[in-house]
Amino acid sequence: MNRILATCVLGWSFLFLPSLAAAQSGPTAPPSEPMVFETEEQDASYQKLVRELRCTVCQNQNLIESNAPLAADLRRQISVMIKDGAQTDEIVDYMVARYGDFVLFRPPKNATTYLLWYGPGALMVIGLTLLGWILWRRRSQVTATPLSIEEQQRLRRLLDDDEKGSS
Amino acid sequence: MKLRFVLPLVAFFALVGLLWVGLSLDPRVLPSPLIGREAPSFDLPELREPDTRFTSAEMLGKPALFNVWASWCVTCRQEHPMLAELRRSGVAIYGLNYKDTRSDALRFLARFGDPYDAIGFDESGMVGIDWGVYATPETFLMDRHGMIRFKHIGMITPEIIEQKILPLYRQLEMES
Repeated sequence: MNRILATCVLGWSFLFLPSLAAAQSGPTAPPSEPMVFETEEQDASYQKLVRELRCTVCQNQNLIESNAPLAADLRRQISVMIKDGAQTDEIVDYMVARYGDFVLFRPPKNATTYLLWYGPGALMVIGLTLLGWILWRRRSQVTATPLSIEEQQRLRRLLDDDEKGSS
Repeated sequence: MKLRFVLPLVAFFALVGLLWVGLSLDPRVLPSPLIGREAPSFDLPELREPDTRFTSAEMLGKPALFNVWASWCVTCRQEHPMLAELRRSGVAIYGLNYKDTRSDALRFLARFGDPYDAIGFDESGMVGIDWGVYATPETFLMDRHGMIRFKHIGMITPEIIEQKILPLYRQLEMES
């Protein structure tokens, strides 16, 4: 009974352990109301944007998934900007200007990110080419030399022995 | 030495080098796009004197520290003595009270000290968004022209003060 109690207490205490990160993001936000837009287009833009932008607090979630209060603030800000007539590009620029390229789930394609986008593909091509070249070289290296008479007899003897042994 | 032995060794050391650098970086810390740019302007009510305004223009004319904090932020409590220390070293410190209530914030200052020349009361967090705040505490160092030169996310430690903030501050004081 004591052990069960101890395990329960330990388990519950982990729930209240303070965050190990050096900075905190505040109290959890209350559930927000769904955003209402005038046109379908606006709603579509909003839905697309909140999934394309990363929540910088919970860095693996997008803005619609995240419970962080900052995500709620940013969702609200996006809907306000959409209602004011801002285009998707403008809103993305707004976010990137404040939080950097990291907020985009799809990194931009510019000089610094060419390696990120094309690197893996390029590495695969190089690797396959290298592999193909090595294999092709090796194929031409392997040539069967005919056995001499003594070697043929020895081979036959070994094979016969083997057959006798296994039968 | 045969090439086919040297090449994997070189590739290995290249990989080690990359990992050495990469693994020492903290992926949660985002580089701020504001560094090297002008500080975002704001006009907020002052926390302690609600009838007066605190605008970003007040921070011009000398290098200044801008510290984003909140009463609900535990790390801010731990950091507070460091700010007092910086104040004693002569650094001008301004604050942004982020998504907080006035009474909680004032109580925090009464309890832990008040090193700020002025504090903006950013209840909605909109000014925080303009500054790219995503976790408190965050601290910015600006030069006398209002250009952001340094940002630190997380607690200010004595090492950071000695190695990053104070040297940069002295340098910014020298600049015209």
